[in-house]
Amino acid sequence: MTVSSKALERGMIALARSRLTVAASLSFAMIAIYFGFMGLFAFAKPVLGTMLAPGLSLCIVLGPLVIISSFLLCLIYVYWANTIFDRNVKSTMEQA
Amino acid sequence: MQSQTSNISIAFFFAFMALTLAITYWAAKRTKTTETFFAAGGEITAWQNGWALAGDFLSAAALLGIAGIVTSNGFDGMVYSIGWLVGWPIILFLIVEPLRNVGKFTFADVVAYRLSQKPVRSAAAIGTLAVISFYLIAQMVATGALIKLLFGIPYSWSVIIVGTAMLIYVLFGGMLATTWVQVVKAALLMAGGAFLCILVLVQFQMNPVRLFAAAAERYGANVLQPGSRVVSGQWDAISLGLGLMFGTAAMPHILMRVYTVKDVKAARLSILYATGLIGAFHLMVFVIGFGAMVIVGPQAVLKAGGGGNMAAPLLAQAVGGNAFFGFICAVAFATMLAVVAGLTLSGVATLCHDLWTNVIRAGKATESEQLKVARVATIIIAVVAVVLGILFEGQNVAFMAGLAFSVACAANFPSLVLAISWKRFTTQGAVASILVGTIGSIVLICLSPTIQVDVLGKSLADIAEAWWFVPLKNPAIVAMPLSFAVAIAVSVATPVMDADRTFREMQRRILMGPSDPARAGAGSREEG
Repeated sequence: MTVSSKALERGMIALARSRLTVAASLSFAMIAIYFGFMGLFAFAKPVLGTMLAPGLSLCIVLGPLVIISSFLLCLIYVYWANTIFDRNVKSTMEQA
Repeated sequence: MQSQTSNISIAFFFAFMALTLAITYWAAKRTKTTETFFAAGGEITAWQNGWALAGDFLSAAALLGIAGIVTSNGFDGMVYSIGWLVGWPIILFLIVEPLRNVGKFTFADVVAYRLSQKPVRSAAAIGTLAVISFYLIAQMVATGALIKLLFGIPYSWSVIIVGTAMLIYVLFGGMLATTWVQVVKAALLMAGGAFLCILVLVQFQMNPVRLFAAAAERYGANVLQPGSRVVSGQWDAISLGLGLMFGTAAMPHILMRVYTVKDVKAARLSILYATGLIGAFHLMVFVIGFGAMVIVGPQAVLKAGGGGNMAAPLLAQAVGGNAFFGFICAVAFATMLAVVAGLTLSGVATLCHDLWTNVIRAGKATESEQLKVARVATIIIAVVAVVLGILFEGQNVAFMAGLAFSVACAANFPSLVLAISWKRFTTQGAVASILVGTIGSIVLICLSPTIQVDVLGKSLADIAEAWWFVPLKNPAIVAMPLSFAVAIAVSVATPVMDADRTFREMQRRILMGPSDPARAGAGSREEG
């Protein structure tokens, strides 16, 4: 194995690890948010039904927040992957 | 009501058909290779693909169905809206890069990549075709009934019209025509939804909270609170959530769209756009549902027939007149067409690319042969869809859409995730997991109240004591862990020698994609 291919191998492992960390944390966040909401829906209906103001219950605030947070998590990932991660992949490939 | 407005609906409908057929004619001239037929030659931009993904995924149920549920039950309709969205981030975080960098046309490309091609692709084809058949039947039957309701066309003719239109789009225009049909449909759907939403909110000083307050004043505060009419049972709600989240992340017709853009960067962006569009649409539908509750009234909606599906069209009529009613009906029609076209195309990809090219011909089919097979497969799927659609007239097939998500979640998702992430995953593990996920979902749903009570009409009290009775209406919470467990157990029992090497090679491909310099010239995209 040549020096550069060893470096490439190391770079690849680091890249794979960084992608796994980001992807797994964001997936975990999404799963926690969604099943947190569904858990309340399934097991704590009265809590979700708390009226905050006339015309506004807790679930009507949280439901749209789940939708908005899905989009924001996607936004974070795409920003990270399309700028930082892709740049690192490119520089690792160039080093090889 | 229909007789005065059907002329406007039919005018909009003809305008849509003319436009999409013109697109198909243009696309047909450019569809000469399997690469264009299945993946539009990778020439779709991220923005276009985002709209097409939304058009592929938002079925008539998303507008008419959820609006109807909200109108009659209030908040609970949103449980479906949210469930249909949260799978998208999972696709983005876990699936899109491996899928795009390793695969060619189908998700089976990824599952089979380092395993034995024939058994894995055959099993994946069973899982995929099960998902597509259930979803397609549910869509065809709903479509026939809705078109009958909206346009007054007899049921069988409605199904035949939809089947013929989708056949023409896919047969001649392949992915290119299907993409643009979906883009046009998504644009119409978003525009129609937004306009309807604004016309409702104008009556409430543009403040949705005033709309909700008006609904609570008239029908009680419980319309703003979670109830148990839409989803009964605590674990059933969690199971539904699992099926919607991970089923969406493994829907073959959605996953197929990542191959239509030029690179993985564009694929990621298109998922982001789709998530934004679908999320925004679901928020609008929530307002539309409450608008119909306050302005039209749940009683009037139920009286119009179609099990609540008329909420959005009736609201359009109330706030925008007959022309807008006609427009929304035509949009609903366009919506159904775009979804069934996307489903058909992914079924064709499975039959042609997975089964014919890679299983029967062991990867040695010529371009022209593959295209011929693809077109024959298109005709077969369209004919089967129309025949089943007509046979199931008036049957309760609503469960089939849920079953499609459960099978996707229990059969496709575990094998896809393990193929990407677990070194010791084996051919036997993949096949066993897909089969257990597919058969498990079907068996569980057959023994549940969904089939026994809702379809067969038995009384819950009679069957609740039977030893085989499954109390869950949604099988995902049992079927998905079962499929994972089987995959792991069987893989551990059937270890392979060079797992280290093949897994490292796949990881490298996931990161670097087909443009990996070490593999340049290997023609890596062709080997899929």
